[in-house]
Amino acid sequence: MNLDMKLVASRGGVTALALVFLALAGMPVGLNPRMLIDPIFSLGYLSLLWIPLVMGGMMSQRVELEGIESEGGGVGEVVAGGLVGLFGGLGLSALVLLVDNFDLRDPLVNWSPQLVEFLSFGRGIGFGLLLWPLIGAGLGAFGAAVRLLPSKVKKPLLAATLTVLGFAIFETFIVDVLEPLENLYANTGGLTVTAAIVLAVLSAGLSAAGAGRQVGKARSSYQLSTGAAHTRQTALLIGGSAAFLIILPMITGKITQELLANIGIFLLLALGLNIVVGLAGILDLGYVAFFAVGGYTTAVLTSPNRGPNFDFLPVLDGRFGWLIAVGISILMAALAGLFIGAPVIRMRGDYLAIVTLGFGEIIRLLFLSDWLNGWFNGAQGITNIPPADFGFAQVKGTDPRAVFYLVLVLAAISIYVSWRLENSRLGRAWMAIREDESVAEAMGINTVNVKLMAFVVGAVLASFAGSVFAAKVGSIFPTSFLILVSIIILVIVIVGGMGNILGVIAGSVVLVGVLGGPKQPGLLQEFSEYKLLIYGALLVWMMLKRPEGLIPNVRRSRELHQEEFLQDAWLRGEVDRDEAASETEAAANGPAPATGGAS
Amino acid sequence: MTAAVRAKGAGKTNIDRFLAVLKWGLLGLIAVGLIAFFAQQIAPSNPFAVWAHGEDGATRLTGAQYRDLVVAGLSQGAMYGLIALGYSMVYGVLGFINFAHGEVFMLGAFTGFIVSTKMDDNGWWEGGAFIPALLFTVVVCTIVSTVAAVVMERVAYRPLRNSPRLIPLITSIGVSFVIQNAVILLFGPGAKGYPSNPDWLEERIPFLNIEVKRLLVIIVAAVSMAGLWYFVERTRTGKAMRAVAEDKEIASLMGINVNKTIVTTFAVGGAMAGIAGILWGILFRSVIATTGFLPGIKAFTAAVVGGVGNLAGAMAGGVSLGGAEALGPLMILEPLGVEGVSQLRDAVAFTLLILVLLVKPTGLFGERLSSEDRA
Repeated sequence: MNLDMKLVASRGGVTALALVFLALAGMPVGLNPRMLIDPIFSLGYLSLLWIPLVMGGMMSQRVELEGIESEGGGVGEVVAGGLVGLFGGLGLSALVLLVDNFDLRDPLVNWSPQLVEFLSFGRGIGFGLLLWPLIGAGLGAFGAAVRLLPSKVKKPLLAATLTVLGFAIFETFIVDVLEPLENLYANTGGLTVTAAIVLAVLSAGLSAAGAGRQVGKARSSYQLSTGAAHTRQTALLIGGSAAFLIILPMITGKITQELLANIGIFLLLALGLNIVVGLAGILDLGYVAFFAVGGYTTAVLTSPNRGPNFDFLPVLDGRFGWLIAVGISILMAALAGLFIGAPVIRMRGDYLAIVTLGFGEIIRLLFLSDWLNGWFNGAQGITNIPPADFGFAQVKGTDPRAVFYLVLVLAAISIYVSWRLENSRLGRAWMAIREDESVAEAMGINTVNVKLMAFVVGAVLASFAGSVFAAKVGSIFPTSFLILVSIIILVIVIVGGMGNILGVIAGSVVLVGVLGGPKQPGLLQEFSEYKLLIYGALLVWMMLKRPEGLIPNVRRSRELHQEEFLQDAWLRGEVDRDEAASETEAAANGPAPATGGAS
Repeated sequence: MTAAVRAKGAGKTNIDRFLAVLKWGLLGLIAVGLIAFFAQQIAPSNPFAVWAHGEDGATRLTGAQYRDLVVAGLSQGAMYGLIALGYSMVYGVLGFINFAHGEVFMLGAFTGFIVSTKMDDNGWWEGGAFIPALLFTVVVCTIVSTVAAVVMERVAYRPLRNSPRLIPLITSIGVSFVIQNAVILLFGPGAKGYPSNPDWLEERIPFLNIEVKRLLVIIVAAVSMAGLWYFVERTRTGKAMRAVAEDKEIASLMGINVNKTIVTTFAVGGAMAGIAGILWGILFRSVIATTGFLPGIKAFTAAVVGGVGNLAGAMAGGVSLGGAEALGPLMILEPLGVEGVSQLRDAVAFTLLILVLLVKPTGLFGERLSSEDRA
């Protein structure tokens, strides 16, 4: 048993800092009202407790280097995990003492008696002071121990935890879909203790019985199948999910429908950005500009409350008016894409990012300005946008189900277009440019035109979202189009997996669904204050640990992990030794030696 | 730029034509605006001014107004320049845009707010105690910003040293987001007001009639800049920084500790941003968690205008940008009959960025242009 005390100390310090930061950021107190398991476990406690667990778990990470696994440590690692957790707990204890004895409420808004009460479980300071180090040490050790367990035990445990958490977090959604399941939850929200135990036992039992293996088997059989069988299975999958999506809003209430509609709008935006960032590798931070162009064009064409300077245009608020407006929006967005794209397209990636961000701001400032007040009403925005009228149905904000169906159709079109484009000559050209622009050019690709095409296609998809947004919300303001929106869409694309349509769908469902959009609430409404922080942290974490995203695009992840990929290939004897070495060197492009796949 | 060379060889494409139109259009607009401005200075009711502003014609800009604009532009520009130094140095050494550098500046301004309010509570932010209190605040702000920049490098950027170029940029966007929102959560979302400055700081000096605080900002910025110049050009560490910026690999072969040098670069850039932060606080007496965003991007613009990687360029770029922002709306847009020009200041700054990248992508002082550096 040899402990790396330096590592323990530094990880322990990080744990303590993270816990103290979250406590002072107000997360535990703010999230405390939301019960997960009534009455013993709230989201507030979860927001703190996961840290020692994860940090402890990191102490027993198995390192696989050059294909050789390090020996599992056993007791030593559990002790190290416990120590890390202990440090974290001590940090919280120290915080309790400090908050109780000093008053720093002036700059720190959450430096309050409520924090002390929360951290001492409402039973006096001494109780909290003693309990937190114990909780920390226990969780840290547990986190480290779990990693060392055989997978036979680990998997059911994981399944039970995830199921209980999932049921608790998706409470609104689950009750909305299946009323009888209401019995699982307490009146004040949160699972009842009995329900939690039943769910945990059930899922653990299922997992132990090999349900996970069955799913895995089905998935690999689908991936391995070829020819007609594969086509048939794909058709079945698509048909199944389409039927599910069509039926879903019929059986759910308004809240879920609204949520689905929001997810759809962000999915449209993310699909567009996926083409620009994911396929063509152009980091466009002003993407929200096209969303704004789509929204404002639709608003100007259909609303009677637009700026008086537009009076020469007829108001398209009759039947199919919205559709005509969408057509014109597409045109305007494509023009905007060309206009913004042309000056920046030859710039190097990072310059391009900042300049597009500048363009995004300029467009918002123009919509906001007094100068164009006569056209766009400045800060008052354009109100009274009529619902989208299709003759047989009207799509408006008070009917989120209709919005969802409209978005579903548009998303299906966008997905189909993205999918076809990805495998087309143009899509291959985009990917070639993303991987190496000089080589792509040498291969005869007109890089400028092809990159401009990516801009334009992305812009058009964003304008769809803008048009739907205008009809859904019924009014449009410059504040709906902050740079923030661009960045959130970027996080969705990156977390999901750049360049992968499935990844983008998963990203928008998970992020917008659970955390919510820039102004739209998600399932965890209590998170609204904290979601931007979480978005930022997710972005950094994904870039550091998994730049290819949750559901990676195979080719993209090979690009990002070129060194490791080549190293693995070399170990398997697939790549000629010299060739691999020289390529690795070229990829490293710096003095630091290649460290291999340590993470 | 290789693109320009290629374009000459291959004949003009539509995009070249479009860019030429855009470039000459913008330059033409500036020329027309300036001519209109001078015309209305000479004769406020000349035919063009009457056409642009209606019957009464334009209003002249008085000498005092003009002087105030120039001074405001200079002091603002000095701060942009100080922030731009951090962008420029990090870009020179690591070749990526540290998007979160604006937040380092914001942290400086925020620390200044906290320290100065605490000082004010004890009555040290006025009278004879003001100067020592201010010096102390500057030191604390500098330390906080330096630490923030160094921690940022250690946690977020060092693991990405060898990844594709856009990855650290995206990471830095995330870092910027995290810092902004962490500050909102810790200190609340509202704007924080600095305690009021002592009276003498708000007065104007005789003869030149310039506000003392603006003069102070310009002087402090100039002194910091001179100190930085001495550090980079005349000390061993500075030499090491220049060597690492030139070629990391060879620098490490020459016995330079590359990691340490990069940390130093971040630290020095952070210190400059911290000084800019407290100057901002003195000048505008208000700070909010999003304070760092626009000045950050504008400082990047300043760095590009001056030529990225060039220290004197960063300062010159900052001052030019500050000047353009202060004067551009009134000297170019207003004479053309645009309403509410002060709202368009930020748009003017970004347009300047685009124009510089179109006309002279290397910036005012940019010289080094190896294919690896910028293509």
